[in-house]
Amino acid sequence: MLAFILRRILQSIAVLLAVGLVAFSLFRYVGDPINAMVGQDTTMEQREELRQKLGLNDPAPIQFAKFIANAARGNFGLSYRTSEPVGRMILERMPATLELSFCAALFALFVGVPMGVYTGLYPRHWTSRLLQAISLIGISLPTFLIGILLILIFAVSLHWLPSFGRGQTVQIGWWTTNFLTVKGLQALILPSITLGLFQLTLLMRLVRSEMLEVMRADYIKFARARGLTNRAINFGHALKNTLVPVITVTGLQLGALIAFAIVTETVFAWPGVGQLFIQSVQFSDIPVMAAYLLLIGLLFVLINLTVDLLYFAVDPRLRGGGLARAGGH
Amino acid sequence: MAGWLHRFTDSDIWWSFKSSPMTVAATVVTFLIIAISFLSPILAPHTPFDPATLSLSDGLKPPVLISSDGDWTFPLGTDDQGRDILSSIMYGTRLSLVVGFASVVVAMFIGITLGLVSGYFGGTIDAVIMRIADVQLTFPAILVALLIDGIVRTVISVKRHDEIALFVIVGAIGLSFWVQYARTVRGSVMVEKNKEYVQAARVIGLPPVLIMVRHVLPNVTGPVLVIATINLGLAIITEATLSFLGVGLPSTEPSLGTLIRLGNEVLQSGDWWITVFPGVTLAALVLAVNLLGDWLRDALNPKLR
Amino acid sequence: MHFNLRHSLAMTALACATLSVAPAVEAKTFKWANSGDVSSMDPYARQETFLLTFNSNIYDPLIRRDKDLKLEPALATKWGQSDPTTWFFDIRPNVKFHDGTPLTADDIVFSLNRANGPGSNMGSNFVSVKEIKKVGDNRVEVTTKYPDPLLADKWAAIGMMSKAWAEKNNAVNSADMTKNEENFATRNAMGTGPFMLKERKAGERTVLVPNPNWWDKPVHNLTEVIFTPVANPATRVAALKAGDIDMTYEVPPADTESLKKEANVKVLEGPETRVVFLGFDQERPELLESNVKGKNPFKDKKVREAIHRSVDVDAIKRTVMRGQSFPTNLMVAPGINGYTKDLDKRPALLKPEEAKKMLADAGYPNGFEVGMDCPNDRYVNDEKICQAVVAMLARIGVKVNLRAQTRNLYFAKILRKADLSPGETSFYMLGWSPAQTYDVHNVFEALIQTPNKTTKKGQFNAGGYSNPALDKLADAMEQETDKAKRDAMIKDATKLYVDDFAYIPLHQQAVVWAARKNIDLVQLADNSFPLRFVNVK
Repeated sequence: MLAFILRRILQSIAVLLAVGLVAFSLFRYVGDPINAMVGQDTTMEQREELRQKLGLNDPAPIQFAKFIANAARGNFGLSYRTSEPVGRMILERMPATLELSFCAALFALFVGVPMGVYTGLYPRHWTSRLLQAISLIGISLPTFLIGILLILIFAVSLHWLPSFGRGQTVQIGWWTTNFLTVKGLQALILPSITLGLFQLTLLMRLVRSEMLEVMRADYIKFARARGLTNRAINFGHALKNTLVPVITVTGLQLGALIAFAIVTETVFAWPGVGQLFIQSVQFSDIPVMAAYLLLIGLLFVLINLTVDLLYFAVDPRLRGGGLARAGGH
Repeated sequence: MAGWLHRFTDSDIWWSFKSSPMTVAATVVTFLIIAISFLSPILAPHTPFDPATLSLSDGLKPPVLISSDGDWTFPLGTDDQGRDILSSIMYGTRLSLVVGFASVVVAMFIGITLGLVSGYFGGTIDAVIMRIADVQLTFPAILVALLIDGIVRTVISVKRHDEIALFVIVGAIGLSFWVQYARTVRGSVMVEKNKEYVQAARVIGLPPVLIMVRHVLPNVTGPVLVIATINLGLAIITEATLSFLGVGLPSTEPSLGTLIRLGNEVLQSGDWWITVFPGVTLAALVLAVNLLGDWLRDALNPKLR
Repeated sequence: MHFNLRHSLAMTALACATLSVAPAVEAKTFKWANSGDVSSMDPYARQETFLLTFNSNIYDPLIRRDKDLKLEPALATKWGQSDPTTWFFDIRPNVKFHDGTPLTADDIVFSLNRANGPGSNMGSNFVSVKEIKKVGDNRVEVTTKYPDPLLADKWAAIGMMSKAWAEKNNAVNSADMTKNEENFATRNAMGTGPFMLKERKAGERTVLVPNPNWWDKPVHNLTEVIFTPVANPATRVAALKAGDIDMTYEVPPADTESLKKEANVKVLEGPETRVVFLGFDQERPELLESNVKGKNPFKDKKVREAIHRSVDVDAIKRTVMRGQSFPTNLMVAPGINGYTKDLDKRPALLKPEEAKKMLADAGYPNGFEVGMDCPNDRYVNDEKICQAVVAMLARIGVKVNLRAQTRNLYFAKILRKADLSPGETSFYMLGWSPAQTYDVHNVFEALIQTPNKTTKKGQFNAGGYSNPALDKLADAMEQETDKAKRDAMIKDATKLYVDDFAYIPLHQQAVVWAARKNIDLVQLADNSFPLRFVNVK
């Protein structure tokens, strides 16, 4: 047991290092950061001098080693674009992204799962087919177009919701939250829908197919034979059994949401890490890009690790399997 | 041949297909779009990818049915470069489909190979492949594409970057989708490999490659096909999103996604036709492909029969 | 009854109106947006229009520009040259920084040295400076290495910072990228300007409030200014239409017309001083990206002429720029000293056959193939303009392979390298505005003179155009103080590059801003946006 956990943690660290290497060594070449740091009429000599001082002329492995050594201490250096400490820039923007991703996940869960249950229970009903077709819009149009259309309808035409930004936020320690003001909550609605629509479709389809399978399982037939009410069967037995994969997928998709927030944040000028990342790509702001990728890597690895450990705790059969797998053939 | 056809029309699948009008409609739409777009060099009224045929004086013409300023040579209007929207959509759809199919093939190839290897051999190989899959999941398509774009720009010294942009996009999307195939195939393989017929095949000394291809692979065709259908739509959308983030295909030869991105910029200018027609085409295509995928999944699922 | 009801309704409405109007008179919040954020609160962090103009709201310069870009006194009440190599600046008395401390000549000397010091990006404004010193309590004297008549113009962009504040907060120098520590002045500010920094969240929002103790009489009526970066142009336009912002800088040309039709929005447009142009590689014996081997077609004036006269800038203006451009044939814009109006005429367009014949005469009967570089996020519709040029040249048999890329990659590729070796391009787009001096000599020196390692001329002449006669004239005009003689030199030099078809000047892009109808503001030709002219009605 301990050995298994230890091995997974070691593997996770290896994964993180790989992510760091990939991120760093590739983005080092995205563009010449010097051009982002100086004005157009800075002389060539000044540019070269700056490049030398920043260590951009050092061999890549040395730059990477320096980067990892600093990153391990939480020091990601200064942004080339704003000369602010990268660690703080990311920390300041993290709450915006996390709150947005959280709301998008909630939206996907609380709309997607019931839709999936309904379409799974009544697969041939016309409302099911309609719901299914509508949900496909979530994966039939690019996110940026959905976002801008929502803005045009709900902000420009109807004036119901703000067109961009976080609205009003409240500061609690270093965390800024949207949840405590009406304006903040209003500002969350459109971006959350835009970001969550894709996951909603995914979840709905997953729940639907799980329900379809479960409803044909023998134990449901037995339950019916025992004379249980439809309600008890649908929610007590069927839905419960579909929840395990749903939770797994939601957990894994939370990470994907944070990464996909890049597009939504760009459209809604949402001041989160995704927008920061895309700005950094445009300005070849390597310290920020590298830190962002490491952060995303860390999140995914943590989520994966948690899911693995949860399985381990939940399903005793896996313990044997896990060890056997490790032992090889 | 006739017997085969007869057997097919008698099958459950055909029956399930026939009894779902939505699926029939989706099939018709899919094949219509594929056929028209691949015949665009013959069917399209203009060749929008050839700059020599463009004239700025044809720019920003509205669609004929909407406005009297329209011009029958450009039935759906033109964009600000004087490109015919109808022809752009036809050529753009072809490009999008090529990107979609190619990246699905790339993903399928990588995914199935790694899934088979991982599931059949297990042990360290399995652990390594699955950890690579974890790393891969860390980087969703968008990030992978940004990364690959970064490398390519360095390696190819930006000389002919636009010409290889297509391969970059295909590679990036393909690379970001393989995990699903690998996991599905690996799961099936792990189940199948302990079954008696596989054990027997091993005993009589068939090489592992043959066992996998002949006995294990057919069992996973269904789920793989379903994932592939859904990924096709996803790949086309991803390409559009990448274009929005500035790493898509060059705008001199726009894909459907690039057309929408370009149109997105002028959405509020009143020249709605530049966005709406490509948008509707994309939505119709992806919707149809997905409906097809949905049906295929239900039809191929033995538990649902 | 009927009458009564209507009456009382009207009364209620009136009451509501008065109630809601009353507080609105108090708070005049002005919300505005731009595609990108101000990269730093440090006024010397970067020499770019947006940062300079934003920070000038907080930091007053010695001499500022008025609505017509003419110099007027700010922190210096009087200035001038006491001899050709000595400038003096008399400091305005009784000016206070935002923290209440008085402005002294020491602060001025400190700020100027800081702007010329490590980490600052303003160094190019101090090339001629030998020494800056305090002479008496209210006078600063500057000695220059050689006569520099344009010093005051250059310094109109440099804001003055509190010495005591900078010393206390360890911000004596601008942020040094090579040292891994943050600089206090990056997120905080201490100037004497009309506005004070209240809140700074980089990339999210920046809030300014008026300085109640400003030395000048405010013409604005704002009580608060909220600036937000909104990267996506469609969102910016939507936010303005929805009333979530009061003003946006940089309106996409495609949206100009539709915004004009909005009832609550007005559009301000004018030419910018920047000229966008195309350049050729005329230096290499063989082009980097071309099917012509052994010779460089762009060295041939006939070829340049055929291409120049096939680019229809008016068509570009009509569709690509949607009317938002001002076609030109010169490398400087009207409003810049040295703009020669009577030479600003584009030669007649050629018919494709005529251009083809001209190319055939030059030895290219079947045209040729060439690579072109273009930015896709630097100038208004840059990539689309290049695409249109590709189509125009395709019709005369010149096959152009366009490569558009983001600005960092782009400039790294096309600009001359540190050793002044030519940029890696055959055909490219660039924009230039002599924004420090507003004088044509800057354009000659940077873009048109032959690149020279020792004199540092022609650093941005990426294609290496060279004409010795023009070089001589440009050098002469730098020292010339007699205006009539200098103007004659400018005219001669201008004629030389026009007749050589050295570049293809395209247009000045329009500066298009849009604001809600209840906002009064002044649009300056250099695209700077001082908040001190803004009024909310």
